[in-house]
Amino acid sequence: MAPPSPRRPGFSRRAQYSLFAGYVVAVAGALIGLLMVVTSRLDPEGHSGLQRFASDITAPFSSAGRTVASWFGEGGSQVGAYFNAASKNRAMERELKAARIKAVAADRNAVEVARLKKLLGIADATPQRVAVAHLVASTGAASRRFATLTAGSSQNVANGMAVLTAEGLVGRIYQAGNASSRVLLIIDANSTIPVKRARDNLPALVNGLGDGRMEVRPLAAASNPFKVGDVFVTSGTGGIYRPGIPVARATAAKRDKMIAQPVADPAGFDYAIVEREFVVAPPLPENELPKGAD
Amino acid sequence: MPLLSGAPEARIGRGASPAEYQLLPVVAVLIGSMVPILPIIATAPVMPPFGFLILLAWRMLRREMWPAWVGVLFGLFDDLFSGNPMGTGVLLWTLAFLAVDALDRRWVWRTFRQEWIIAGLLVTLLSLFSAWISASALLHRPWVLLPQIAAAILVFPIIFRTCAALDRFRNRR
Repeated sequence: MAPPSPRRPGFSRRAQYSLFAGYVVAVAGALIGLLMVVTSRLDPEGHSGLQRFASDITAPFSSAGRTVASWFGEGGSQVGAYFNAASKNRAMERELKAARIKAVAADRNAVEVARLKKLLGIADATPQRVAVAHLVASTGAASRRFATLTAGSSQNVANGMAVLTAEGLVGRIYQAGNASSRVLLIIDANSTIPVKRARDNLPALVNGLGDGRMEVRPLAAASNPFKVGDVFVTSGTGGIYRPGIPVARATAAKRDKMIAQPVADPAGFDYAIVEREFVVAPPLPENELPKGAD
Repeated sequence: MPLLSGAPEARIGRGASPAEYQLLPVVAVLIGSMVPILPIIATAPVMPPFGFLILLAWRMLRREMWPAWVGVLFGLFDDLFSGNPMGTGVLLWTLAFLAVDALDRRWVWRTFRQEWIIAGLLVTLLSLFSAWISASALLHRPWVLLPQIAAAILVFPIIFRTCAALDRFRNRR
């Protein structure tokens, strides 16, 4: 005999009605869910309030956990650092001496570059740092790649701002909460960034593939001009990202595109810098273009 | 009477309180939904939807415990953390619950392997439809979702066993 179940209530009217009401509520709930899905597709900002609230509440826990996790992760290398300490010290002193000499040269060059830029009348797009925070968690179960950043609108972080680390571009702010925000990572399958090859400014588009890799497509329709090892930086076209942030490094060649890895390793994200949106200056009239500049 | 004296008598009434009895499965599902706040930066969708799997396990262990509309509430909670657009869980989890209810009518006796197959199918559908709802370009390359689906299917027996252990724990006397 089958086990008695409230889903087979027999002849009890009361049980039948309550079961039926349960299904009515469930179907109504599913329809509400459908409505929410449709409206959140049309207006991503509309329902995100609850998500931002949840992220604000839980980000401190993720942050604390991240500290512990990285502490354990670093434990091995911390112990390892004691070995060969003397030889490492000597090597570092040598490097420091060389770096000091280079730093002086770099200072000289910077002055020279500033003078030349002034001469040519090029306005510098100075990056405007808004906040520095930790990336603490990510949506590992969803098909979109969002990470949680421990800075929000209370630190002047707003939607659309660029997020980068010392190595390169990470993504941009998608939902800014009060004390935390969601970052759309550049490896998301829906992310497209205009880039150029760092070496010769050859333009391309870089797309996330959704599995941690990216693909680089040349803008020129001719055969794939890129090589393995090429580094791509943001071109600044269309705003959002200022030019010159490293984005991807090509790792494999396909027929008409390159497979690339992000320069900033997402799993090793530590401190992330939030920068104000890059606004493209309006183009100068033809006759005011400085001669020799392109 | 020697039969009722001693230890067994002293343990009577020390079981789970009614609140504890009701809350334990709920808390288990909510914790599963909050797994994405763990301090891991995943570069691909590799993590199984733990909340959904725990909910399914409880649903299969205790058919009569929850009516179908709990999918609305649990799904809403999951939407807060999952990274999918709000409403994805509300819609898909409730539909999954209704589907399991419909299955219960047709197919009363099921072995664990059959439950496992059902859970695997539901997780696959959930993964694909979540990607579709979040307008992810992954739909052009759906094999990227395979690791997540495989992980979910492989981890389901462990989750099922854990939920069964929790069930025994809350039914202790």
